[in-house]
Amino acid sequence: MEASDGTIQKTPLYQWHKDHGARIVDFAGWAMPVQYSSIIQEHETTRTTGGLADISHMGRLRFEGPGAAVFLAELLTRRVADMTLGQIRYSLVTNDSGGIMDDVLVGYYHNAQGQPYYVVVVNASNRQKIVDWVHKHLPRERAEAPGNEVLFTDVTHLWAMFAIQGPRSVVLLQPLIEVDLRSMKYYRGAQVRLLHPAAQRQGGIISRTGYTGEDGFELALGAPIAAAFWEVLVEMGEPLGVRPTGLGARDTLRLEAGMPLYGHELCEKTNPFEAGLGFACHLVGYDFPGRDALLKLEKEPQRRTRVGLQLEGRRPAREHCDIYAGETLAGKTTSGTMSPTLKVPIAMGYVSPEFSQTGTQLLIDVRGRKEPARVVELPFYQRKTK
Amino acid sequence: MSRLKHESSNRERILDVKPEELLYSKTHEWVAIATDEAGAKVATVGISAFALEALTDLVFVDLPQVGRSVSAGEPFGEIESVKAVSDLYSPVDGEIVEVNSTLVDQLETLSDDPYTSGWFVKIRIADETALSGLMDHAAYQKQCEQEMADE
Repeated sequence: MEASDGTIQKTPLYQWHKDHGARIVDFAGWAMPVQYSSIIQEHETTRTTGGLADISHMGRLRFEGPGAAVFLAELLTRRVADMTLGQIRYSLVTNDSGGIMDDVLVGYYHNAQGQPYYVVVVNASNRQKIVDWVHKHLPRERAEAPGNEVLFTDVTHLWAMFAIQGPRSVVLLQPLIEVDLRSMKYYRGAQVRLLHPAAQRQGGIISRTGYTGEDGFELALGAPIAAAFWEVLVEMGEPLGVRPTGLGARDTLRLEAGMPLYGHELCEKTNPFEAGLGFACHLVGYDFPGRDALLKLEKEPQRRTRVGLQLEGRRPAREHCDIYAGETLAGKTTSGTMSPTLKVPIAMGYVSPEFSQTGTQLLIDVRGRKEPARVVELPFYQRKTK
Repeated sequence: MSRLKHESSNRERILDVKPEELLYSKTHEWVAIATDEAGAKVATVGISAFALEALTDLVFVDLPQVGRSVSAGEPFGEIESVKAVSDLYSPVDGEIVEVNSTLVDQLETLSDDPYTSGWFVKIRIADETALSGLMDHAAYQKQCEQEMADE
C-alpha cells in the first residue's frame, strides 16, 4: 500500500504532527497521526467543541472540460450530470458485477475564472485503483474527443485537506472564509478565497461535509500553504476549545455516526443494497460499470444486510467476529469499539436479513466467548439539531 | 501539600512496591515477589506505566478466576484500549490465588497507580525457573528506550 517507489507518503503537515507529539502510523501507505493525546479526549472534543483533522491522505481527483459531466455520470453510481453549482453527492464506484470499488464524494465547483470542474474525493486505500479505473474508462480518444474533452488530474499531492468538525466549526472558520458559512447547507460547497495572510491570497474548496456525525466542514487547499493555514486554525481554535484530532478519533466518531468505512463495511464483494447504500445508486439514465448487475441485484432478495449492534457486556467486539442467533451462524462484524459517547461497546456487521430487525437478540463471538448483543438502529449517535 | 506527600509515601511503604525494585517481563508486565504465611512465593503482577502510556484509552480488562493455573509466557487475561486488544502474559508458572476484580470497573486506577492499586493478579509460584528470565528495572528501562527509538 506504499507509494510506487516503496516510500511512505507524507502530508504537508507531517512535520507538524511529529513536532506536536502525534503517534504516527502507516495508514494506507501514508504516515498519519493516530492521536495527539487520548483518542477518547479527541473524540469528546469533536462532539463538544470541535476537532481539526488532517485528511490530506484522501485522494482528490479533478475532472474538467466539456465531457467531464457525462464521463463521471458514466463512471459513478449517482447522477452527476444534473448537479448544480456547489452541490456535493455521496456516490459509489462499482465494478462490472456491482461490487463496491470505493465510496466517494463528488462536488461541482467553478474556479475563479468561472470554469466548471468536478472534484471526486476517494479513499486513500483505493486511490491508485480508482485512478487506474478512470484511465481504463478514459482512453485517449475519449479524453480528447473534439467538443467533449475530459481533463483528468490526480491533485492529491498538490492539495491538502482538513476536516473541521464539531459545534464550533462555523465560529472558527467564518473569519477565514469569504462566503457565509451559516447559510451553507449540508452537502454544499464552494471554491472560496481564504481570508488570512497565511493563505497568500490563494483559494480553497470548502464544503459542509464530514465523517463524524457532527456539523462541520472539509477544506481543500494548496499544499504549499497548508501547514501555515493549519497553524492559524490551531491558534484560533485554541480559545474555542477546538483541538487537533487524529485518525483514532476519526474512526470512533464515524462508527458512532453509523458511517461505513471502506475495507471494513465495504469491499468489492459488497453490493450497495446489502450495505444500505441503495440511495446512492441511480439505475435509470446514464449507464455505468455495474449498472446491469445492480438492476438484477435490486430485485433479488438480499443475502445479508448491514446492521448496528450494541453489546450488553463491557467487552468490545472488533471486526471479523462471528455473529450467532442461538446456535445459528448469522453473520460477521466489520467494525467495533467502545463508544466514547454512549460508553457501551458498539459494532457494525452483516447479518442474514431474518436477523436484522431492530431488537433482535444475537451473540457475538469475541475471541471464543459469546457476548450477548442486540440489533439497534443506525446511527448509534445523532447530534441534536437546534 | 505536605500532608498529601506524607499520605502517598505512607501508602508506598505499606504496599512496599517501587518500580525500581520490581522485575519485568519483555511483554511489559511487572512482578513483585513476596512470601505468604505458608512460606510459598507469590508473584503480584501488573503492567508498567510505559505499557499503559502506550495503550492509552483503556476500555476493558479481562482477568482470570482464582484457582486457574497459568504458565510463564502464556496469556492470563486481556487489556483493551479503544484501538486494540492486548494479551496479559503470566511471567511465572503457578496458580492464581487473588484477582484485583475492582479494576474491571475502575480502569482509571491502572493509569493513576500502576504499581500499587493497579495490580492484576497474585500467582502462587509453582516453579521458580521463569524468574531468572525476568529483567531488573535498569534492563527494562533499556528495553523501553529501545522501543521508543524504534517507533
